[in-house]
Amino acid sequence: MIQLIELTVNGERHDLVVEPRRTLVDVLRHDLGLTGTHVGCEHGVCGACTVLVDGAPVRACLVFAVQCEKTDIRTVESLADADGTLSDLQQSFADHHGLQCGFCTPGMLMLAEGFLAEEPDATKEEIRDVVAANLCRCTGYQTIVEAVDACARRRRAARQEVLGRSAS
Amino acid sequence: MTREPHLHRDGTWVGASVPRREDPRLLTGRGRFVDDIRLPGMLHAAFVRSTEAHARIASVDLSAVREVPGVVAAFSAADLGLHDIVALLDRPLHEFVPTAMPVLAKDKVRFVGEPIAIVVARDPYAAEDGREAAVVEYEPLPPITSDSAALAEGAALVHEEAPRNTLVDVSLFATEGIDEVFAAAHTVVEVRARTGRQNALPLETRGAVAEWDDRDEQLRVHTCTQVPHQVRTVLAASAGLDEKEVRVIVPDMGGGFGLKCVVGREEIATAAAALRLRKPVKWIEDRSEALTASFLAREQRYTVRAAFDADGRIQALDADVVCDMGAYSCYPFTAGIEPLMASAEMPGVYKVPAYRVRGRAVTTNKAPTAPYRGVSRPQYVMVMERVMEKAARALGIDPVELRRRNVITEFPYRGVNDVTYDPGSYKESLDLCEQVLRDEGWFDRRGSDPAIGIGFACFSERTGYGSGAFAQRKMAVVPGFDVSEIRMDLDGTVSVTTGTLSHGQSHETTMAQIVADRLGIPYDKVKIVQGDTDRVLYGWGSFASRSITIGGSAAAASAEKLGERLRVIAAHLMDVDVESTELDGAGGVRAGDRRLSFTEIAEVAYLRSHLLPKDVEPGLSATASFDVGGDGTFSNATHAAVVRLDPGTGGVEILRYVCVEDCGVAINPKVVEGQARGGIAQGIAGALFEEVRYDDAGQPLAASFMEYKVPTAAEIPDVRIEHLETPCAFTANGAKGAGEGGTIGAPAAVLNAVNDALRHTGVELDDTPIPREAIFRALERAAEPALEAR
Ligand code: FES
Ligand code: FES
Repeated sequence: MIQLIELTVNGERHDLVVEPRRTLVDVLRHDLGLTGTHVGCEHGVCGACTVLVDGAPVRACLVFAVQCEKTDIRTVESLADADGTLSDLQQSFADHHGLQCGFCTPGMLMLAEGFLAEEPDATKEEIRDVVAANLCRCTGYQTIVEAVDACARRRRAARQEVLGRSAS
Repeated sequence: MTREPHLHRDGTWVGASVPRREDPRLLTGRGRFVDDIRLPGMLHAAFVRSTEAHARIASVDLSAVREVPGVVAAFSAADLGLHDIVALLDRPLHEFVPTAMPVLAKDKVRFVGEPIAIVVARDPYAAEDGREAAVVEYEPLPPITSDSAALAEGAALVHEEAPRNTLVDVSLFATEGIDEVFAAAHTVVEVRARTGRQNALPLETRGAVAEWDDRDEQLRVHTCTQVPHQVRTVLAASAGLDEKEVRVIVPDMGGGFGLKCVVGREEIATAAAALRLRKPVKWIEDRSEALTASFLAREQRYTVRAAFDADGRIQALDADVVCDMGAYSCYPFTAGIEPLMASAEMPGVYKVPAYRVRGRAVTTNKAPTAPYRGVSRPQYVMVMERVMEKAARALGIDPVELRRRNVITEFPYRGVNDVTYDPGSYKESLDLCEQVLRDEGWFDRRGSDPAIGIGFACFSERTGYGSGAFAQRKMAVVPGFDVSEIRMDLDGTVSVTTGTLSHGQSHETTMAQIVADRLGIPYDKVKIVQGDTDRVLYGWGSFASRSITIGGSAAAASAEKLGERLRVIAAHLMDVDVESTELDGAGGVRAGDRRLSFTEIAEVAYLRSHLLPKDVEPGLSATASFDVGGDGTFSNATHAAVVRLDPGTGGVEILRYVCVEDCGVAINPKVVEGQARGGIAQGIAGALFEEVRYDDAGQPLAASFMEYKVPTAAEIPDVRIEHLETPCAFTANGAKGAGEGGTIGAPAAVLNAVNDALRHTGVELDDTPIPREAIFRALERAAEPALEAR
């Protein structure tokens, strides 16, 4: 059995013919060629496959592509500017050595991106709790937590400045 | 580069935490891992695997598999006719029994998950459907599921050629008079410890994409391996091809940690299927295969006695080490990898005057063993550190003070294990680590809270294993050297090959830093070429913390040779003596106040070669190799863990972790710290969480992350790192290896801390992973008298 679906990924619309059992991560990686999203377990524990669905972090190995019609899907490929300039979150990972092999990184980035959008005032401990949702085998996590925390701080400082300017 | 890199304060690239060259592509999802490779017409493979731990194969019937929609082909061992994989040691039969690992099981299966047949289909879903249709009939044999069962009288044999299921049995050193030393000793302590079977667990599983290319007349295999040239050799031999007909290419790799530094059977079978079908074939291991059917490590049993004098000085060490290597000997290291490492290095940082060891590898019906980060060192260091703690308790001496009395302080030191240790900071690291904890107030907190314990681990790690050191282990295939080719192009930028292979360790950055300094050019003008058997002359890959010590030194040597060549040409063009020229550190050669840029020299070398000196060939390239002549170099560290035990659950909370490390000169301090932190996390995982268990029938009990608990950010603490620097005298830049140390120290530090926190209970625990229930019961029992008193 096959089904015709329409997916919106990183702002782009795609018409696809898929089997209902095809997971979102397989469609992203193998049908759309967005191989930045990785697969580490296929059973919902490692978080390497994390993408944003309507802004919320979702494990793309646990949902079927057919369930994601009429949603806004975002993958790691959407973070940097078109010219390759890294987003503040990506740059923060680089600055803090928050990645080694880089296999967990796209999942960590999307997890953090979704979380910080929801909770811009998160404390470092709250960030640690969220990072604990995904596995990394290389870094020991400390630098990932520091990278996300530093990005959150910088965003808060920028917001303060804007507020300060508009108040004066 | 998106940012201006910063030089080290000395004006060198080495020593600066410059941004990683690898980061931009990995952060934007533009890396290329093996599963990202997609070739036109590519088919997908899945493996039919044994459901029995130990059985004769009565029959393999794949006819129903071939009927499954989407299945293109299915091959058993008989269909492919590949040669077995055999790893050898240069030792007599009573010390080492060679055994074969067939690519696909033939007459017998030896562990649950062993590959029996390969199914190739149009998509991975169909391949999985296909493997379900295979019919394999088994005649079960008694499963051997522990080292003691393997060694028992009359036990079934995993390999008929290996009596008592023993693949390696060596007795070494046996200092004369050692028994008398024990008989006369003031104090003798004993440690019996067992360490659990672990999975190195790179987050990226294994995989391969193979295709036959008619134009290149080559079988091209993209695979995530730490040892591409060794895969080429095995694949060529196994499939009956010339080495020139095989090209192994390693894409970005999601970790390896040793699990990928042996030749796997599945990548060979996948390549053989692609060769047979003349179509590209991809195989990607799933997590349950990775947990049950890849390579495991670390299941060891130690029985150790140590003699001490009244002042707490160790006088003798007597050890028996049994390693459960599972079903097969891995290539190229063999089943000797763990017992030989433990036997050779066990005295470690301590001045042990008399030593005797017996090291054995036994074969059982479990997934086989590969090297895993630290190889045996996390285990024997843990045992030695338990020895120190027990002696300290028995003698009433502070454990740090007792270590201080025993660590090697004068270098070079010739050990009882026939190894010469180059200078390190053993005592200094111990002192500093203790000082840090004192300054942070942890000893005071321990004094006021009986649930808090502090544990230390002091150790060194041989990192620059040259061919001499491996030959001493009597490997038949002797790794060691590295060879590097460098080429400068017309615009003055360079490409450098290395036979090592980064899979997270940042070599594209650190090796470039090393080469950039040698030539005086920015590090982003240096491209590192690795992981391609057609482009790299030869290599032993990355393992044993050898990349920067040996590969980095080879790259430095080739760059220096190129530098000399640039000077020779420049001298000729400027009509001066070569001796009067020097590299100017800014991409040129100067002689007095005259200067030629590399670009100007390169233009002559390539475009106006008639201007070259007569004895200089056109082009700008050089090749150099490096090996470590003597016993190698030793990195060292002291780790300390502070834990609090939860009497309600037996849980262990790590309150503080301090690491004082000395890897000589750090090429990129941030990278070194990353290696330490990541290593410590894996060591903690082994101490507290991870174990691959099997039931009595040999069925693995952990087939997913639900049963195999990998620690997260909630369990792994932040680590304070302090650096000491004892430069190595014979590697480029004075660097020592940094890849494994973190993993080595952590189990000992955590286990000692837990025991310290149990000090009021009279219970001592020596096994890992530390059973939470044992902690719970110890605390419960200790609390009972207090209850009764009420
Ligand atoms: S691949 Fe989806 S959670 Fe691991
Ligand atoms: S960086 Fe390798 S798994 Fe996280």
